Amino acid sequence: MAKRDLVFRIGGAAGDGVSSTAESFAKISARSGLHTWTYSSYQSVIRGGHVWTQIRGGLDPVLSHGVDPDVVVCLNQQTMDVHQGQVSEGGAIVYDTDGTKPDPTKLREKVRLLGIPLRKKAQSLSPNALMRNTVALGAAVRLFDLDFRHVESAFKDIWGDKKPEIVQQNIQAAKLGGDAVGEMGGSLNFGLAYPNEPKYLMTGNEAICLGALAAGVKFLAQYPMTPASSILHWMASHGPPHGVVVKQVEDELAAMNMAVGAGFAGVRSMTATSGGGFSLMVEAIGQAGMTETPLVAILVQRSGPSTGLPTKTEQGDLNLALGAGQGDWPRAILAPRNPEECFRLTAQAFNLAEIYQTPIIVISDLYLGEGYRTVEKPDFNVPIVRGMSAANGAEVKDFKRYRLTESGVSPRAIPGMKGYQFVAATDEHMENSELISDVLAGIPEYVTERNRMHEKRMRKLDGLRKDTPPPELWGPEDADLTLIHWGSTWGAAHEAIQNVEGRGIRVNSLEFPTLFPFHTDATLALLKDVKQSLAIEGNYTGQFTRLLRSETGYKPDHFFGKYDGEPFTWRDIADKILEAVA
Amino acid sequence: MKLEFEMDTYKSEIKPTWCPGCGDFAVLRALQMAIHTLQLEPWNVVIVSGIGCSSNLPHFLSTYGFHAIHGRALPVAEGVKLANPDLQVIVTGGDGDGYGIGVGHFIHAMRRNFDITYLVMNNQIYGLTTGQASPTSEKGMKTKSTPIEGVIENPVDPISLALASGATYVARAFSGDVKGMAELVKNGIDHHGFSLIDCMSPCVTYNKVNTYDFFRERVYDLQKDGHDPSDMKAAFAKAIEWPFVGRDRIPLGLFYRTEKVPTYEDLEPALKKGSPVRQPLGVEDPDELLSEFL
Ligand SMILES: Cc1ncc(C[n+]2csc(CCOP(=O)(O)OP(=O)(O)O)c2C)c(N)n1
Ligand code: SF4
Ligand SMILES: [Mg+2]
Repeated sequence: MAKRDLVFRIGGAAGDGVSSTAESFAKISARSGLHTWTYSSYQSVIRGGHVWTQIRGGLDPVLSHGVDPDVVVCLNQQTMDVHQGQVSEGGAIVYDTDGTKPDPTKLREKVRLLGIPLRKKAQSLSPNALMRNTVALGAAVRLFDLDFRHVESAFKDIWGDKKPEIVQQNIQAAKLGGDAVGEMGGSLNFGLAYPNEPKYLMTGNEAICLGALAAGVKFLAQYPMTPASSILHWMASHGPPHGVVVKQVEDELAAMNMAVGAGFAGVRSMTATSGGGFSLMVEAIGQAGMTETPLVAILVQRSGPSTGLPTKTEQGDLNLALGAGQGDWPRAILAPRNPEECFRLTAQAFNLAEIYQTPIIVISDLYLGEGYRTVEKPDFNVPIVRGMSAANGAEVKDFKRYRLTESGVSPRAIPGMKGYQFVAATDEHMENSELISDVLAGIPEYVTERNRMHEKRMRKLDGLRKDTPPPELWGPEDADLTLIHWGSTWGAAHEAIQNVEGRGIRVNSLEFPTLFPFHTDATLALLKDVKQSLAIEGNYTGQFTRLLRSETGYKPDHFFGKYDGEPFTWRDIADKILEAVA
Repeated sequence: MKLEFEMDTYKSEIKPTWCPGCGDFAVLRALQMAIHTLQLEPWNVVIVSGIGCSSNLPHFLSTYGFHAIHGRALPVAEGVKLANPDLQVIVTGGDGDGYGIGVGHFIHAMRRNFDITYLVMNNQIYGLTTGQASPTSEKGMKTKSTPIEGVIENPVDPISLALASGATYVARAFSGDVKGMAELVKNGIDHHGFSLIDCMSPCVTYNKVNTYDFFRERVYDLQKDGHDPSDMKAAFAKAIEWPFVGRDRIPLGLFYRTEKVPTYEDLEPALKKGSPVRQPLGVEDPDELLSEFL
């Protein structure tokens, strides 16, 4: 079968410029018209350590960063030691002859070794040794027969018009790399016919930012924490021209509380963090539930517990999101599977937050949040629904902010609206916000009041269940095995299914863009024909699997939990499928 | 001249549930007098509080209010202010709320110099939780949580802390002088920047040391004493008189005020277009925004 994709990997120490070179290659791939997907493995250091990024580009839609690379650039010996054995047959290793040595006994068949004096070549153009990455990049571009004009355009993006001499130097450096490959046997001859039609390339976090902007967000308060920080960075530079106040605050307690204040004051408001920060937000997000204040909270998971593996991925914070806050309060938890869904579900979250006047959590993870993927052009024409306002009809005279209603949603007023003044209260309160907690609690009449108010709030879950996206069954209906998973596992799961299909194994997949409120009836209907199932989650205890069981009584036949910090690959999942059906 | 809003317009239908004699009644009254004097429109005022006896205050006025969780009134108020800077935002709460659990937010709100007025009902005790030590309880004070040796920590001095943190209006008032307090609150609301009014507000139930009499015997008026509130050094000198230097003389009045420092709202780029709550939603030119991704 003719090759339909390419996989490129570059590795070195932190500070070697691996990530910027990888970013350039991803851009080159997307501009060549390839469906592109990246994964960066890095560590919590600024210099040193071992970092690498893999970029996969495909003529057909790609579903994961792939497994074995076709070309690896080794900027140091450690990269060589770790990665040389993984290069696919017919691939190549590019390394600096100055300081790096391959071990030919470790290689697969027909792997070409391209030792190039990267540093020397770079320094022939400028004293800046970082350009050795550019020489290597040029070599890779040549090996894959990619069009050199995309290299130029990528460099122009990075350095802009301000530094034309640096752009020129880098183009020269890349050419030196390409020429070196020419002298050493030329390209890998994969014969990929690049469409050269550019595709949109973005991370899940960027897609969340765009979705928020499309929905009209006006306020973001955040405290830096990997892997959510890029939301703060992107919004800080892009938000203000669109009237978005972006505030780095003293801690995540402040972030959530400020988001609550802004939501109460009437703007579309959000915050973003990872598990550690979300832990600090727990009391305040419950406050939003109690005061019926809309906001959107983005939870980009990383490896826990505690500080955990800050630069590694996991799906271990579902219980945290489900249980955040004392007592019961209505919430929805949406779990995008890819950047398109990051955009769409974030935009939808702002509507749900205002329609139901309660916090909506969007839960993502490092793999989805920080990885680059090509996407269809985001459609900014998203519906905007702002929910029930007291200004449209409710009489000023007998306005009660927490009026008991069938849907649980009461007409909302915001400060500045004349005559609708009320106090949003975190203590249990009555329709007119008067506290039950102080002197009334326990008196029979107010015991009933408390029940009615609590039930009113909780009734919002019925509406949220109807308005959130239902579970989906993907693939053949009469499958021998059904995969059950959520969030970023989607891509690798689909690719594994395609892969085992070639071996005559029919597998489908049950996926949950909404984790809560649980779509019990819809799930039971989809489970009806499941013969055998394999639940896949990036955590130890099967947090979603337990939720599924508690909501439906259904227990998957097999469970595959992964908590090593690395994302699922299609091969991981294919192996488990084979075990399950064996 | 007939005023648009009568004093009573600012009162809500809900009656305070404080113990008779609680200092918080005076703070409520002073705040009501201040917003009455300023003739603020009740629908353009938001009073944010935390949790504590004192934090129940917003319920007793007819403005908008947000009765937040313990210690988080300031960040909630900052969010309100950033979403709609046209609102008059006032924060009220206790010493435990503001100087204890919420002290981090207190410092940061001041260094940002938001145009927010903060009234702390400082009774040097935790009232609502029935009498434990607070961060301003005096050394040696016996409380439910310090029954043997009394408090062995040094108290926080909110005045010095505020001066050091960048507050641009720093005052101390006393519930035994409602008129004086109302004047300080009114000027604080009028001030363009962060105002702290530390209100000594005796808890008649749980603090038997720092009583009305305790204060009456010790307080003096900074302004009558010739203190110059534009002089920060002098303000620090006055601040440390109590509780650092001694407990015989307690200054009341305005320690410090400057209008020279821009507020956070003055500098925030996103507010240049006006109040975010009034801005259109969405993006005018998505293609331009998307061009960097292509
Ligand atoms: C997170 C949290 N911890 C503890 C409490 C219990 N609590 C309620 S009020 C309070 C202290 C109140 O003291 P202060 O702020 O001085 O107010 P006062 O009652 O004296 O006016 C405490 C500890 C709470 N509500 N929330
Ligand atoms: S306990 Fe103290 S602070 Fe609370 S209401 Fe009574 S007197 Fe006031
Ligand atoms: Mg107190």
